[in-house]
Amino acid sequence: MSQMVWTRLDSTARSLAPFALTVLLIVFGMVPLGVPNFAPIMPALGVIAVFFWLVYRPDLMPAWAVFLIGLVQDLLGGGALGVGVFVLLVVYAALAGQRRYIAQANFFLVWLAFLPVAAGAFVLTWLFNSLIVDALLAPGPAAFQYLSTVAFYPAIAWLFLQAQRAFLR
Amino acid sequence: MNKPSGSVSRLTTPIKAWTQRFAFLFLVVGAFALMLIGKADTVLVERVRTVAGDAVAPILEFIARPIDTIGNTVAGIGELTELRARNAALERESERLRHWQTVARRLEAENAALRSLTDMVPDPRLRFITARVVGDQGGAFARSVLVNAGSRDGIAKGQAAVTTRGVAGRVTEVGQRSSRVLLLTDINSRIPVLVGAARDRAIMAGDNTGQPRLLYLAAGTETRPGDRVVTSGHGGMFPPGLPVGVVTQASETALRVQPFVDWAHMEFLRLADYELPSLLLSPGEGGRPQGGQR
Repeated sequence: MSQMVWTRLDSTARSLAPFALTVLLIVFGMVPLGVPNFAPIMPALGVIAVFFWLVYRPDLMPAWAVFLIGLVQDLLGGGALGVGVFVLLVVYAALAGQRRYIAQANFFLVWLAFLPVAAGAFVLTWLFNSLIVDALLAPGPAAFQYLSTVAFYPAIAWLFLQAQRAFLR
Repeated sequence: MNKPSGSVSRLTTPIKAWTQRFAFLFLVVGAFALMLIGKADTVLVERVRTVAGDAVAPILEFIARPIDTIGNTVAGIGELTELRARNAALERESERLRHWQTVARRLEAENAALRSLTDMVPDPRLRFITARVVGDQGGAFARSVLVNAGSRDGIAKGQAAVTTRGVAGRVTEVGQRSSRVLLLTDINSRIPVLVGAARDRAIMAGDNTGQPRLLYLAAGTETRPGDRVVTSGHGGMFPPGLPVGVVTQASETALRVQPFVDWAHMEFLRLADYELPSLLLSPGEGGRPQGGQR
């Protein structure tokens, strides 16, 4: 009897791992690193994490988890509330039909698939932030953050792959 | 949008697919509702934000300390190699500053004498609270940092945040043990400043780039690159005379300011507790005494 309770607890904890890891990554990502000029181009960790888990373990990244991740990100960052939530939900919807094909590809191709998804996410974020402040934002900073997000994808994906091997097998 | 056949066995029954789609739509509507609430800027959003900030501040503080130490050690090793050159440079600098110190002392005395001659009202008391920068969300769409001091340490909304070099930003949200400082470069930052020796009034507005713009400079003012920008104290928000930056790009179309602050080495912020009573009251506080008089 108690064996069953433990097994269930264990499987619940494992299925929550992607969500918990993503939130932890977002919180740890807030630590000031003191690297010159890095803060404005800090990679969008939420987009990377949500994309990764939707491709490899979509069963463990339901829409409500995506919503909560966006909410945590928006509350902790000083930006407009709700924009991050919406953009991550769009990423969720965009991957809903395609993830089966992407997941079968090798790592490099998945990274390639990340390029347009992240680009869409940044254009949407830029658009909604512009709407909210009622002025066209300079696209330069967003473009640089996009490049750094794409560049950091392999490192973070590697971290998640290790976590996936440790927790989810 | 997506065919049910694309997602595997979870969407076997059409009813299940419909509930899932409905739930997703519900979440999207939720996101838009959040945007609307955020735009309306209610007290509620601010309170939830400060609670979130308070929750992560201790964790971040725990991590930020060792990272600062590592950074300082690495920087220290780098500096060892150029110790002699630095020493010589610092000695020259110190000599130059000693000269400026005598000038400042003389001016201070003269200023005090003139103030007493003209019976000028003394400036409000200025007190600084020092806090560690524990969080920086980063990103291209907002520039703000989280510090590990809040209302229990005497932090209040609107206080100026400065480093040893100059103004860094303004306190916008205050939790119990953490506060958010909106940096000068954020799109929402507006600070009244004085430009150059002529002390022309202007508003310095951030636009998420590294160099904020100067707005509302009166026509006919001559501003050149290299002009110093200081806070004006207009509006009673900031103490007057705090150094902000220098004018870098002086053209007809856009004037920009390079802030003095070294963003990469902003480990601590000093928050200026500037006691200017009754000038800057929040709507709730301001409403009450007026209502009583009526």
